[in-house]
Amino acid sequence: MKSPENEHTEIDLLLETIYRRYGYDFRSYARASIERRIKLFLASTGCASVSEIIPRVVDDDEFASRLIRYFSIAVTEMFRDPLVYRAVREEVVPLLRTWPHCKIWHAGCATGEEVYSLAIVLREEGIYDRATIYATDFNNEALDRARAGIYEMDKLQEATRNYQQAGGKRSFSEYYHARYKSAAMDSSLKERVVFSGHNLASDSVFGEMHLIFCRNVLIYFNRDLQNRALGLFTESLVHGGFLCLGTKEDLRFTDFRDQYEVVDDKARIYKKKDMP
Amino acid sequence: MKTLRTKQTPQPPCFVCHHKAVVMGGSAGGFKAFSAILSPLPPGFSLPILVVQHLRPDDDGLFAWHLANTTRLPVIEPCDKQQIERGHVYVAPANYHMLVEQSGTIALSVEEKVNWSRPSIDVLFESAALAWGERVIAILLSGANGDGAAGMLTIKESGGLTIAQDPTTAEYPVMPQAAIDRGAVDEILSLEEIGQRLVELGGCKAEE
Repeated sequence: MKSPENEHTEIDLLLETIYRRYGYDFRSYARASIERRIKLFLASTGCASVSEIIPRVVDDDEFASRLIRYFSIAVTEMFRDPLVYRAVREEVVPLLRTWPHCKIWHAGCATGEEVYSLAIVLREEGIYDRATIYATDFNNEALDRARAGIYEMDKLQEATRNYQQAGGKRSFSEYYHARYKSAAMDSSLKERVVFSGHNLASDSVFGEMHLIFCRNVLIYFNRDLQNRALGLFTESLVHGGFLCLGTKEDLRFTDFRDQYEVVDDKARIYKKKDMP
Repeated sequence: MKTLRTKQTPQPPCFVCHHKAVVMGGSAGGFKAFSAILSPLPPGFSLPILVVQHLRPDDDGLFAWHLANTTRLPVIEPCDKQQIERGHVYVAPANYHMLVEQSGTIALSVEEKVNWSRPSIDVLFESAALAWGERVIAILLSGANGDGAAGMLTIKESGGLTIAQDPTTAEYPVMPQAAIDRGAVDEILSLEEIGQRLVELGGCKAEE
């Protein structure tokens, strides 16, 4: 059995190799989870150790991109944590209304389920037409699926209950077109959405935002990378702009605690303070 | 690690100094089992305790709240990156896997379910083995599925101590039995014995 120290060293080498060879930087990801992903990948390849896969990562692009896909956790659902969408509706939208136009950045949108959820809330509240949602992710494959907006019917049935708990005002079936076992989201829900590649580990700010949604993304980052991402968010938010994190992501455990006030503790919605 | 100046008499290895944490897993029948083990532990128990119980997705902190009423130790449903402190009980929130970082913080994840469960016992146990190797004590309790067996094996292979609830005393014996069948268990004990064992092991007075 390998000692944990040796295993950690091998993993460092692997992440360094991926960065140098392909430019994807996972060196600042939270270790526990990335180690788990690497082990899962190892099991899927039949390789016995991390050191065995390093040469293959260097030589074989296809092999490397399979590994990188393992690092992207695209597990999401429509109206995940319904209380969050209810809070957005009740506590955030009234303030978004006061701006003539509102720009929203959905960072780490994965396969897009929560982007459509947000679009539905904005539409029901009558501000969709003056909103732009920038939905970004580093995983291009996930982004393609987000753009397509086609989901399994089973999942949408689950989503219906979430939608109702989130304070949905209509029949959820109005928002998609079912066909056989899948359903396509109504194309009007994409009109105000711009899907685009963006990597929180390496890219920079691209505009001024009124609301930033970044849920269950920071949990995969270590403190440094978390601070980098929160730095980007803080730079792009207008004064009084909103930041919405995952329900178990607490701004108190970051360097940015003093720059925000809490709007809704349970839904993890924060508001950027006016700095003198 | 801090070394302690001890008297000349030879002493058995100090449990607290040697170990980093207790990790525990339970499923069906888990609540009673957890409370039976936690209730005799004295306040200021010297190790952190990390708990995975299979929960309904809409649990919303209820399990942790009920568990807190059965023990004198503070029970916490942690956020990501929360510092792990000795004498505290950390309960994995519904819908999240709970892992630990070598640095001594909690890491949460919404990765795929493992053994149809999120949180999964295997995920916690395997991450504890990777972070702390032999310095982990794992306890697997009542349950009706096979989650935890693989994690117990990993911890045993890394040199940690693995304890299973005696299946004949468990409300649902499948889970501890699965770990025993895989040869992943060092000690098979009743709930009362597990509680006593922890009191005895965690009673080290070697404060800071």
